[in-house]
Amino acid sequence: MKSFIAERGLVAPMDRANVDTDLIIPKQFLKSIRRSGFGPHLFDDLRYLDEGYPGQDCSTRPLNPDFALNAPRYQGASILLARENFGCGSSREHAPWALEDHGFRCIIAPSFADIFYNNCFKNGILPIALDEHVVDTLFREVYATEGYELTVDLEEQQVTTPSGDVYSFEVDEFRRHCLLKGLDDIGLTLQEADAIRAYEQGLRQRSPWLFDAIN
Amino acid sequence: MSGQTLYDKLWHSHLVSQREDGSALIYIDRHLIHEVTSPQAFEGLRLAGRNPWRRDANLAVPDHNVPTEYAERKGGVAAIADPVSRLQVQTLDDNCRDFDIVEIDINDVRQGIVHVVGPELGATLPGMTVVCGDSHTSTHGALGALAHGIGTSEVEHVLATQCLIQQKMKNMLVRIDGRLPRGVSAKDVVLAVIGEIGTAGGSGYAIEFGGEVVRNMSMEGRMTLCNMSIEAGARMGMVAVDDTTLEYVKGRPYAPRGAMWEQAEQAWRELRSDDHAHFDRVVVLRGEQIKPQVTWGTSPEMVLPIDGHLPDPARMDNATQRAAVERALEYMGLQAGMPITGIKPDRVFIGSCTNSRIEDLRSAAAVVKGKRVAQSLKQALVVPGSGQVKKQAEEEGLDKVFIEAGMEWREPGCSMCLAMNADKLGPGEHCASTSNRNFEGRQGFGGRTHLVSPAMAAAAAIAGHFVDVRDWEE
Ligand code: SF4
Repeated sequence: MKSFIAERGLVAPMDRANVDTDLIIPKQFLKSIRRSGFGPHLFDDLRYLDEGYPGQDCSTRPLNPDFALNAPRYQGASILLARENFGCGSSREHAPWALEDHGFRCIIAPSFADIFYNNCFKNGILPIALDEHVVDTLFREVYATEGYELTVDLEEQQVTTPSGDVYSFEVDEFRRHCLLKGLDDIGLTLQEADAIRAYEQGLRQRSPWLFDAIN
Repeated sequence: MSGQTLYDKLWHSHLVSQREDGSALIYIDRHLIHEVTSPQAFEGLRLAGRNPWRRDANLAVPDHNVPTEYAERKGGVAAIADPVSRLQVQTLDDNCRDFDIVEIDINDVRQGIVHVVGPELGATLPGMTVVCGDSHTSTHGALGALAHGIGTSEVEHVLATQCLIQQKMKNMLVRIDGRLPRGVSAKDVVLAVIGEIGTAGGSGYAIEFGGEVVRNMSMEGRMTLCNMSIEAGARMGMVAVDDTTLEYVKGRPYAPRGAMWEQAEQAWRELRSDDHAHFDRVVVLRGEQIKPQVTWGTSPEMVLPIDGHLPDPARMDNATQRAAVERALEYMGLQAGMPITGIKPDRVFIGSCTNSRIEDLRSAAAVVKGKRVAQSLKQALVVPGSGQVKKQAEEEGLDKVFIEAGMEWREPGCSMCLAMNADKLGPGEHCASTSNRNFEGRQGFGGRTHLVSPAMAAAAAIAGHFVDVRDWEE
């Protein structure tokens, strides 16, 4: 996994609450058996005027001029500014894959849906929850300033605005550690293989029916 | 000292290790697998040269992409018309063969939606930790299990280590007291709960459903409740084990038998919250006050009782809320202030892991029996949740009731719940759907979903618009 230490990047606004995973990546793209190539279909229903299908060339599709992310000033953005309950809906990891493939490394919102939040960390994306009124302020600044960039520092757990305002954010220690180091958490868990085996031994004693079921 | 909640008990009994940083390693008893969220996980195992930790903890079944028309279905995987769907189902078969994982494949009579199949076969049991790369894994919590959805990286993690790295959730009790009026079902209850707490209301919590209404509810109803915990923002919902649970589980193909059953039953009887257990949040609803529910917008919290009228954004103070309501009304093509009963579905879908069990089909059949679907309806689909449900329904003659009413009786699968196969809405079409999500485009590009109970969907199919099913029954 890619590590995330600090990022200075252009900010793009996704100004609606409860953005669900179907909106982030519509289901027809879930049929892929790969984990890359979802970027051109990020927010497909909003981004294009026609209906998308897997494997198509998106460069010739009609863009929705009303969708903010299509505006030239937000091209190349790596930080997405969003509203509350971002990523609600399904557990599909295709959602963070699409965001990452499109170039987003960080999402800032007042709140996130649990599974999505978790999936971000597994894919080198940092989701940051900031106070609702702070997010309001950031939206205002993004709209007002072309080329608006934020600096996100995971080590310091701080977001810094162009005018020098600093906002601290919380992130749990384990996830922070893995993201800073770009660690593969399967490898980490397997370091505890003995503990898992010991647990399994005990479980076999206590609940033997769990072990002779499916064969 | 305060006691433990059901969630606390399930958590502590599966704790492998507690780390200093606050995260914990939790052991997973049952891992369910379907074709959409697993290919990249198996690929990851291959690339790292890893093997499944415990192959008999896994069970796979394709469901999202499978065709539901008999003509296409009978030819098995090779006959799936959409090449991309076919490849995904084929990839599941190949991965299960390569990694020696038991799969209930598309030709198996037991095939169905993973969340219907698991409990039905006794593959998910009380007291288990159950995960699957699918958010509606919360369904299995109805059995008194700790069950939730995971992403594909976690699917790989569970395959490789039989564990998950987790953070303990807070506890929420949703208590429904009293009794439900006739014509009001578990679906209406859970929609009413979501209407009350909102789609983010359960975020960060494990929900336990309790109270007299839940105690009197069938297992099918409890599964419907837990299924939609995720629409209330909670990864997991659960119900304490009681006689209803044990009667349901007993005799299922993978359930323990004989002396092993006795031992299991004794352990399972402990699976309830202690009398003085502490809940961080308690939400109480009165059963008598719950009416049949219909969603009118593009989020499950945009829900109203059948006698309600759509909100008017002009009267709302909060700007974000007003914008959301305006956008939803526009997407849905509905007028502010209109009555719910004025909405006319173009299609009706009875199915999905929320409402495709035998009891759901019975309640829909009871409404349509001897009647015909409205002329205005383009299609009414009935899709049983599994091969077993289909068989049972046919034994009871429910298929004939639906067909005589002008509805289509299909093969089991996810179908129009998310429209990954050929079953979908056209742009602008309204659907009375027993599924769980009414997001934009969920049931087809530009499609408009109204979430309802099976009885309400059936009544709308006959009347041609939403009606109060409580008036329906004599
Ligand atoms: S029926 Fe719908 S919600 Fe349930 S697993 Fe299938 S697609 Fe998901």
